[in-house]
Amino acid sequence: MCSLLRGEEMCLAQLFLQSGSAYDCINELGELGLVEFRDLNPGVNAFQRKHVNEIKKCEEMERILGYLLREVKKADISLPEGDVNPVAPLPKHVMAIMEQLQRLEVELGEVTRNKEKLQRNLLELTEYTHMLRTTRNFVQRTSEVSVSFCHVYEEFPFLEKDTLMDYSSMQRLGAKLGFISGLIQRTKIEAFERMLWRVCKGYTILSYAEVEEYLEDPDTGEPTKSVVFLISYWGDQIGQKVKKICDCYHCHLYPYPSSNEERTDVVEGLRTRIQDLHTVLHRTDDYLKQVLMKASESVYTWVIQVKKMKAIYFILNLCSFDVTNKCLIAEVWCPVNDIPTLRRALEEGSRKSGATVPSFVNRIPTNDTPPTLIRTNKFTSGFQNIVDAYGVGNYREVNPAPFTIITFPFLFAVMFGDLGHGVIMALFALWMVLYENNRKLKNTRNEIWNTFFEGRYIILMMGLFSIYTGLIYNDCFSKSLNIFGSGWSVKAMFEAKVWKDADIRGNRVLTLDPNVTGVFRGPYPLGIDPIWNLASNRLTFLNSYKMKMSVILGVIHMSFGVILSTYNYLHFRKKHSLYLVFLPELLFLLCLFGYLVFMIFYKWLVFTAKDSRLAPSILIHFINMFLMQGDGVQPLYPGQTGLQVFLVVIAVLSVPVLLLGKPVYLYWLHNGSHRLGMYRGYERVRRNSEEELYLMRAHDMEEGSSHSDLSTSGERQTEEFDFADEFLHQAIHTIEYCLGCVSNTASYLRLWALSLAHAQLSEVLWTMVMRVGLRMDTSLGVFFLVPVFGLFAVLTVSILLVMEGLSAFLHALRLHWVEFQNKFYSGTGVKFCPFSFSLHLSVT
Amino acid sequence: MRGLICGPKLAACGIVLSTWGVIMLAMLGIFFTTHSAVLIEDVPFTDQDIHQDINPPQRIYALYNQVGYNCFIAAAFYILFGFFSCCQMKLNKRKVSSFFCVAFF
Repeated sequence: MCSLLRGEEMCLAQLFLQSGSAYDCINELGELGLVEFRDLNPGVNAFQRKHVNEIKKCEEMERILGYLLREVKKADISLPEGDVNPVAPLPKHVMAIMEQLQRLEVELGEVTRNKEKLQRNLLELTEYTHMLRTTRNFVQRTSEVSVSFCHVYEEFPFLEKDTLMDYSSMQRLGAKLGFISGLIQRTKIEAFERMLWRVCKGYTILSYAEVEEYLEDPDTGEPTKSVVFLISYWGDQIGQKVKKICDCYHCHLYPYPSSNEERTDVVEGLRTRIQDLHTVLHRTDDYLKQVLMKASESVYTWVIQVKKMKAIYFILNLCSFDVTNKCLIAEVWCPVNDIPTLRRALEEGSRKSGATVPSFVNRIPTNDTPPTLIRTNKFTSGFQNIVDAYGVGNYREVNPAPFTIITFPFLFAVMFGDLGHGVIMALFALWMVLYENNRKLKNTRNEIWNTFFEGRYIILMMGLFSIYTGLIYNDCFSKSLNIFGSGWSVKAMFEAKVWKDADIRGNRVLTLDPNVTGVFRGPYPLGIDPIWNLASNRLTFLNSYKMKMSVILGVIHMSFGVILSTYNYLHFRKKHSLYLVFLPELLFLLCLFGYLVFMIFYKWLVFTAKDSRLAPSILIHFINMFLMQGDGVQPLYPGQTGLQVFLVVIAVLSVPVLLLGKPVYLYWLHNGSHRLGMYRGYERVRRNSEEELYLMRAHDMEEGSSHSDLSTSGERQTEEFDFADEFLHQAIHTIEYCLGCVSNTASYLRLWALSLAHAQLSEVLWTMVMRVGLRMDTSLGVFFLVPVFGLFAVLTVSILLVMEGLSAFLHALRLHWVEFQNKFYSGTGVKFCPFSFSLHLSVT
Repeated sequence: MRGLICGPKLAACGIVLSTWGVIMLAMLGIFFTTHSAVLIEDVPFTDQDIHQDINPPQRIYALYNQVGYNCFIAAAFYILFGFFSCCQMKLNKRKVSSFFCVAFF
């Protein structure tokens, strides 16, 4: 199963579907998610395709379903439990579903409209009741304060005695007193009053009072405060002006009862009407809820069924109709291993539709590059995703993902390197992994949570590797663990009489000398000695160690990348690239940076504490290697100068080989075979087999197609070998590679930088937070320690785990994408997107 | 629901924090009472304790023990806090299940 290493082998297949069973066959294929359909009608737009009517019907049904779903959600009806997965309906059942949907839509629409009308009615009646109640107070009030208004009534002295504005007495006066009453929004009442005064100039009286309750505005449905007003006016024209002003201010006008009895009658009538309306509304609500409940049982199933149907018709539109054979032809990309499954699916589809003639599949050869399919399980899919984020691999190119499973968490852990933080991260990931089948965790809409959840296996690996590197760096919440006993002994310095008691009092800092017997008893078995946690020159030691470690890891990682390119060359039968590209690249890298790694190891192994004063600087030796100066410094080993010159010469020679080798060889091959080909063609022209001649040429040109399949699609492949193009390409590659070697090796120093940053942050957090709590020696100190620990925990999670974790993740990812993958990976392929209902349904 | 103070997420955070607190403070307490040298900076000693000790290093050891006991007491407090969070979690679960019962009727 080398699918993860390289990707599946794909083939192009033709499906011959009988028109009766086409729908069912594609249904089967959709359920299985095996193949990717190619568009055989690319020149046709969406409206000219064959099944455009059916798709329109589906969209109409989707519209109605959307409306139904919204109504169901508004009524707060819960979703059905469990995952429903109904099959796509047959075309004959579609009419039934369509009818039901239309009926439901009409019914719902009617009921909702009725309900709205009733609600408006109710609001109007409520307003009218309020108005009547409030204006009754006006009239009663007016009778009390009529004295204050008497200056208005000077012309009509009789009115003083009349408490009620009797219509008959008005007529006697010959003046028509009219009333307009209604409600207006509170925000508009002052402007309304001023407008009235300006327009009618005192021929109107406006009295108003605010309604205490919030009434619902019938247009917008929001609760607003309204004001009841009563305008009394003289004269018809004034009346018209007043009416126009009321219209302007959107007042709700209601008829004003002319007498008290009329008023009480109206009030009674209103009350009964309001009660009736309440009952009717209640019933309507219940009925609506019932209808929605019934609909909600099947609406979710219908949604999925309609989506599936639409997808099937979409695919049917991609097929071409073979008139002669009365069947549909579809071209699909299919993994070679799945062809039997494909056949079975077609048989099943034909059987379901009851067709006499079965549909079948036929594999056809092609020259097009198939899409890339890499089968992953839940563990490898995370790592494959982060590789695909950079670029999907070319067809059958080496996939970096299986190696990334180990190298990515390892490089992350080198930068993260803390035992305690690693434990917390691993526990968090373990919780996610153990509860991965929990529906609530799987189906949240929170984007950030989904990102973490999808990468739970990556985080678990990162955490476990961080525990390992935490043990190596001996760093747990910035404290070292002394598991095996330190290799350094301070007592030995006293026993050897190097230090005396006075030395301790007189000096702030003392240095342990490992050359004194008994001081250094041997290296710590696993990791960094815990005594370094107490040393003040800890960073000097660790920096040197971590920088060298970063360079070593970098060179190993890059060499591994270069070696992986051989897999590609061997698979695509480009053996010349093996000698002309891979070998110079590897030699260049190893002769220079491999030698640097060798020098690092040599210095570590050969120089001990005794000759530490004479230990040479690797960097100086490395620089001298390039400048060919070996005189100033003492050689590390005999023959060093000679060896270094040799390595530099090899490295320098490999550059022109890398630059010119491949283009020149291909040019020779192309031009040489031309002559050879013509010779051979002369021989074979008698046989008149153009195809054989073409095959021979294709065999000679190894730069040709990368598949073993040969194309009989009829087009002549004239591979124009453009020397300039090839040379330019190779020149760019050479420059990129050689400069890249230097810069990428330096880039790996970020492993040192980030691990240093993490260690320092961790230490600062401990010193400034935990130490404050621990050092409290008062009796209240213990109560201070509790919130201090809480603060420490919160800051650890937010700064050291989340921030530093994301940072290390990003840098490890960059090291993979750029420094590792540019040695062998092109990543310009197309991903295989099978026609699968589960994919389509999950997207929407 | 009487006694329900926090929501479910806060209660879960409380449980996690108290578990971590109990484990870490207990281990810190053990390391302090065994007089681990790495933790010397966290012990509130003064110059007097080092240089004017009649019977070295007993004063430092006594300070170590004191800090260790502080850690154990803090761990005990976190046990109580964890218990409180568990109770809140149980109350939340009961509230949710009763809510579902009501919704279905």
